[in-house]
Amino acid sequence: MDFGTVLMAIIVVIGVPAATVGYALLTERLLKLVRPQRRAAVRPWLWLLPGFAFLGLYLIYPTINTLILSFQNSNSTEFVGVENYATLLNQGGFWQTMLNTGLWIVFFAAVVVLLGILIAVLADRVRYETAVKALVFLPLAISFVAAGVIWNFMYDFDPDRGTVNAIVGIAGVEPQSWLTEWPRNTFMLIIVGIWMWVGFATVILSAGLKGISTELLEAARMDGANELQVFFRIILPLLAPTIAVVATTIVITALKTFDIIYVMTGGNFGTNNLATLFYAERFRAFDAGTAAAVAIILLLAIIPVMLFNIRRFQAQEAIR
Amino acid sequence: MTRTFKYIAPLAVLMLVLAACDAGDESPGPGASGDGELGGEISIIAVYADAEQEAFMSMIEPWAEEHGVQINYESTRDINAVLTTRLAGGNPPDIAGLPGPGQMAEFARNDQLVALDDVIDLDTYRENYSDAWIELGSADGEFVGIFTKNSVKGGIWYNPAAFEDAGYEVPEDFAGLEALVEQIAEDGTPPWGIGLENAAASGWPGTDWIEDFMLRQSGPDAYNQWWQGELAWTSDEVRSAFEAFGAWAADETYVAGGPNSALNTAFGNGGDCLFEDPPECYLHHQASFITSFFEDNFPDVAESGVTYDFFMMPGIEYDGVVAGGDLFGMFNDTPQARSLMQYLVTPEAQQIWVEIGGALSPNKGVSLDAYPDEISRRSAEALINAETVVFDASDLMPTEMNAAFWSAVLDYVQNPDNLDSILENLDAVQEDSYGG
Repeated sequence: MDFGTVLMAIIVVIGVPAATVGYALLTERLLKLVRPQRRAAVRPWLWLLPGFAFLGLYLIYPTINTLILSFQNSNSTEFVGVENYATLLNQGGFWQTMLNTGLWIVFFAAVVVLLGILIAVLADRVRYETAVKALVFLPLAISFVAAGVIWNFMYDFDPDRGTVNAIVGIAGVEPQSWLTEWPRNTFMLIIVGIWMWVGFATVILSAGLKGISTELLEAARMDGANELQVFFRIILPLLAPTIAVVATTIVITALKTFDIIYVMTGGNFGTNNLATLFYAERFRAFDAGTAAAVAIILLLAIIPVMLFNIRRFQAQEAIR
Repeated sequence: MTRTFKYIAPLAVLMLVLAACDAGDESPGPGASGDGELGGEISIIAVYADAEQEAFMSMIEPWAEEHGVQINYESTRDINAVLTTRLAGGNPPDIAGLPGPGQMAEFARNDQLVALDDVIDLDTYRENYSDAWIELGSADGEFVGIFTKNSVKGGIWYNPAAFEDAGYEVPEDFAGLEALVEQIAEDGTPPWGIGLENAAASGWPGTDWIEDFMLRQSGPDAYNQWWQGELAWTSDEVRSAFEAFGAWAADETYVAGGPNSALNTAFGNGGDCLFEDPPECYLHHQASFITSFFEDNFPDVAESGVTYDFFMMPGIEYDGVVAGGDLFGMFNDTPQARSLMQYLVTPEAQQIWVEIGGALSPNKGVSLDAYPDEISRRSAEALINAETVVFDASDLMPTEMNAAFWSAVLDYVQNPDNLDSILENLDAVQEDSYGG
């Protein structure tokens, strides 16, 4: 770090808050030009303006630009209509990619949420709950790339190196090539994702579980409900909003998963999902048009999940 | 209080403006060329990591010390992606190792590389380099890339000690190699050690195999038409090169651990089986750089000429060698970058890496005596004496074609029966990716 960088950091640290305050003062100046009765109506919009500006610059502009790129040729010099989408749909690899993305959504999300609930509920009943939660949460602290490298060793073909092959070897099974045969390899990658994300689900669900009042559970037990009935009839319905939040987060994570696949198979052997296909089109094939088309498809896939999330938030707001 | 803020706000704006100016102010200082103190710094991106990075650093450190320049080196295996994003972001490194002549030409076409005509003294460069290297470093008649280090492909590595124990002998011709391979297989050991895995670039060691067969079976003309996109992948020439590779690589009798092991083994570990006791394989096909991996993986066992040695893959219908080379290009015209480029083409610089081992120099000024051992000297000789030298075809292809070729190797080794559809798919990519 040279002097210039340090100076820059200082300027940013002091400058950004100062500019914010400066902007607030500026809006008050401008508001003096507005009739006093209308000031209250105008003020929030002025305060929101910088936020909208940044949102436009960093979110809306790139999205629109991507949409335009997706209708252009590989180096974005001329419009080609829907050709990029047509090329994608006719590619054998594309449907496998969609199928993999689907497998990720279904199996990754389902297992993470189910295991999360299971661990949260069971851990709630033991004294060493904190230790259990810390243990399952730990993998999330590892970077995706490091996790990919670790699991590459786990799945190594050579039983002297690969833990998984060493274990199945004890049962007399020949060493397996875990990462080269589809669809097994996609499931092997999903296991890595599950290993990383179960902790996240557990911690959030466990917090939700603590919010359920013990009196309610006691009352149900007094009325003669057994533990399974307590779980399915009381805990699960009350936990539903938390589960929905966790599930949507996990589904979006599944759609965006890139690092694990990139590090472990590089998208070879039919393991691509939309994110790695985008990367392959953009940085291996240098086809900006097709890559943008993949990004738009990914965006379209995420929109329903986001809408569901927004609906839920609105419903919760309404309850309050 | 409001009063104080009134003064702070304009001050803040002023500071932000100053900050913006500060970021853009990087004009090259005085003393643009010549010897002595340059100061400042230089950013370099290349694929060298670990042992190769150390060797590269030893090569440029004398220059850095002489000129007082600070080196900011960044290593990446995914050089294509890193360079394109950095270029798109307007923040390219001063100098970068380029993925290959194919990609270099694409950068040059976009005017992203600095032309080197007034950076490198062309007369001296012509004296020291053969025409082929100058041509490969040019795109559309513009000289933009320099070669600092070569490798000769198509070496077949073996363990002389193990050969002696088993009573095998180095074959004289291709028929001899085939007989040797059969002999080893009959004796109960898979003859070949193969490693195709290399993260995002997995499959490339197989492209070297196929290139070797292509050149030796069908000759340099067909070879050149092939990478230029004028010969179809489904042609008999390319198909027979794939088949020759697959006859060994996709058959578990001939590959240590079977084809699955080849798919899962990192390229640097592909020859490890030569050094096992008893050997788990007897032959390994790889470019000359592999010796540094042998030395690294088996520091106690690997000994040049004793436990590892090589012979060139024999000619079939044609004789010749496939060569590879590391290109450097200049993205920012700074005095430091100019000076380093000038330094990199000198025999003095290249001799440093040659002496460390694992590198051949394209510069004729580097004497054969500089090579640290018999093996690297013979590699250098193989390149100099070869009747026909062609460049690594996959590195010459457009990036998309190259990437598809890598993946095709993996698909083929996994499912050799799908060769037809694999080659048809490559034809489709060929139609798309050429013609810029």
